[in-house]
Amino acid sequence: MRDVAEPPRPGLWPVTLRAVAFRAGGQTLIDGLDLELAPGALTCVMGPNGAGKSLLVRLIAGLIAPTEGTITYGSAGAPAKNRIAVVFQRPVLLRRSAAANLDHALKTYGMPRAARPGRIAALLSEAGLTAQAGQAARLLSGGEQQRLALVRALAAEPDLLLLDEPAANLDPQATAMLEALIRRASSEGVKVVLVTHDRDQARRMAEEVILLHRGRIAERAPAQAFFENPKSPEARAYLAGRLLL
Amino acid sequence: MQDFWAALAQAFALILGAEAELVEIIGLSLRVSLSAVAIACVIGLPLGAVLAVGRFPGRLALSVLVNALMGLPPVVVGLTVYLVLSASGPLGVLQLLYTPAAMIIAQTILVTPIIAALTRQVIEDLSGEYDEMLRAMGVSRAGMIATLLWDARYSLLTAALAGTGRALAEVGAVLIVGGNINHVTRTMTTAIALETSKGELAMALALGIILVTLSVIVSACVMGLRASAARMAYA
Ligand SMILES: Nc1ncnc2c1ncn2[C@@H]1O[C@H](COP(=O)(O)OP(=O)(O)OP(=O)(O)O)[C@@H](O)[C@H]1O
Ligand SMILES: [Mg+2]
Repeated sequence: MRDVAEPPRPGLWPVTLRAVAFRAGGQTLIDGLDLELAPGALTCVMGPNGAGKSLLVRLIAGLIAPTEGTITYGSAGAPAKNRIAVVFQRPVLLRRSAAANLDHALKTYGMPRAARPGRIAALLSEAGLTAQAGQAARLLSGGEQQRLALVRALAAEPDLLLLDEPAANLDPQATAMLEALIRRASSEGVKVVLVTHDRDQARRMAEEVILLHRGRIAERAPAQAFFENPKSPEARAYLAGRLLL
Repeated sequence: MQDFWAALAQAFALILGAEAELVEIIGLSLRVSLSAVAIACVIGLPLGAVLAVGRFPGRLALSVLVNALMGLPPVVVGLTVYLVLSASGPLGVLQLLYTPAAMIIAQTILVTPIIAALTRQVIEDLSGEYDEMLRAMGVSRAGMIATLLWDARYSLLTAALAGTGRALAEVGAVLIVGGNINHVTRTMTTAIALETSKGELAMALALGIILVTLSVIVSACVMGLRASAARMAYA
């Protein structure tokens, strides 16, 4: 983990989306979205299935280009390498052992070979996967795969961590473990954007909530305000379990 | 029929006795074909990978060409290499005609498109799965190719075995450029053709049995690889 006292590396912030639209197959999937992300509060992104949450994650990560509008990172048009880490909704792990997956990531992030084994052991233990180090990553359980994907993302020591429903398949114990890892990263200065369907998880984790509906931001509010006094009709309907796409 | 059984019995005697000429021919065949496959891998694996994930003009045309070359008739390859290596050909000064090197060249030309085309297919599929994750991690293009090649290792080994099968069974090209010279360029397939035409059925049968056995072994390796790859999810 990066030292807490270390000042944030300049350049990435703020991440700004201006009038961003994403269209595909004749449909407007992200619709004129304005959003600014800065270091600090842990942001939960919520919204019904198909609202565009995963698309938003991929847009922010620079993996897809907006059809309209601009995304800037500080003054740059693309994020610098390794500053943004993503855990996808369906984590893709290499056809290698758990440890080799981390080794590949650390090598990509520029860590010298000699320093890697120690770091790999530390990451595996954070994920509670020490015993599975040599096992094929793709044969790990769904929850184990998600934990591995999370520590692989953390290994980048990113400034912005985008998590797309990282706890979707986890049992309560593994969820607690994962949330602890996320909280620690957040408290160490990593900006976390956590996409989740789980309202209880959002209540536990969020300092700020963004509600996405039909590719637009229906509401963005501090967590407490969002849950206790939602302003938008969409948020009220969502919290009452009645918001559909 | 009498002839056949007698020849078969003789053939097994040759095999079991590890008859010197037989061993020599098998050794040369393996040396030529495996060398060709090794060279074809060195060329075909990166070529296939670049065709799968590279971005350059003519990529599609090159892919179509490589696919088309997969079906090259061996005799045409043999003829072409013959013309190039013959005394009056552009590479005639190298004096490679009727040497094992000429046979390796011809078989490399036959096998490289197979390896490249299969590699392209395999890497393209895997890249569809890995691309976004690798880009998110900031992996360089060269790093992507290396990652994809390694993670496709079982499928690529299968491609190499397919190439080996083709090379070992091939007769047209090696016959033309090698000349089927005793102790120099006589391979299993060219020897079978010759011995059969001479009526030396025992030797032909013995070589045929070995050839079939080898191809069965190659197929078994392919199936074994598939099964173990699926079972282990490539640990
Ligand atoms: N490349 C694409 N082409 C066409 N449609 C797409 C594409 N990517 C996503 N979509 C569509 O965009 C909509 C939003 O997708 P997205 O994956 O962002 O939803 P989501 O909010 O993450 O949903 P979930 O909660 O189910 O994960 C969906 O209706 C999806 O079918
Ligand atoms: Mg999603």
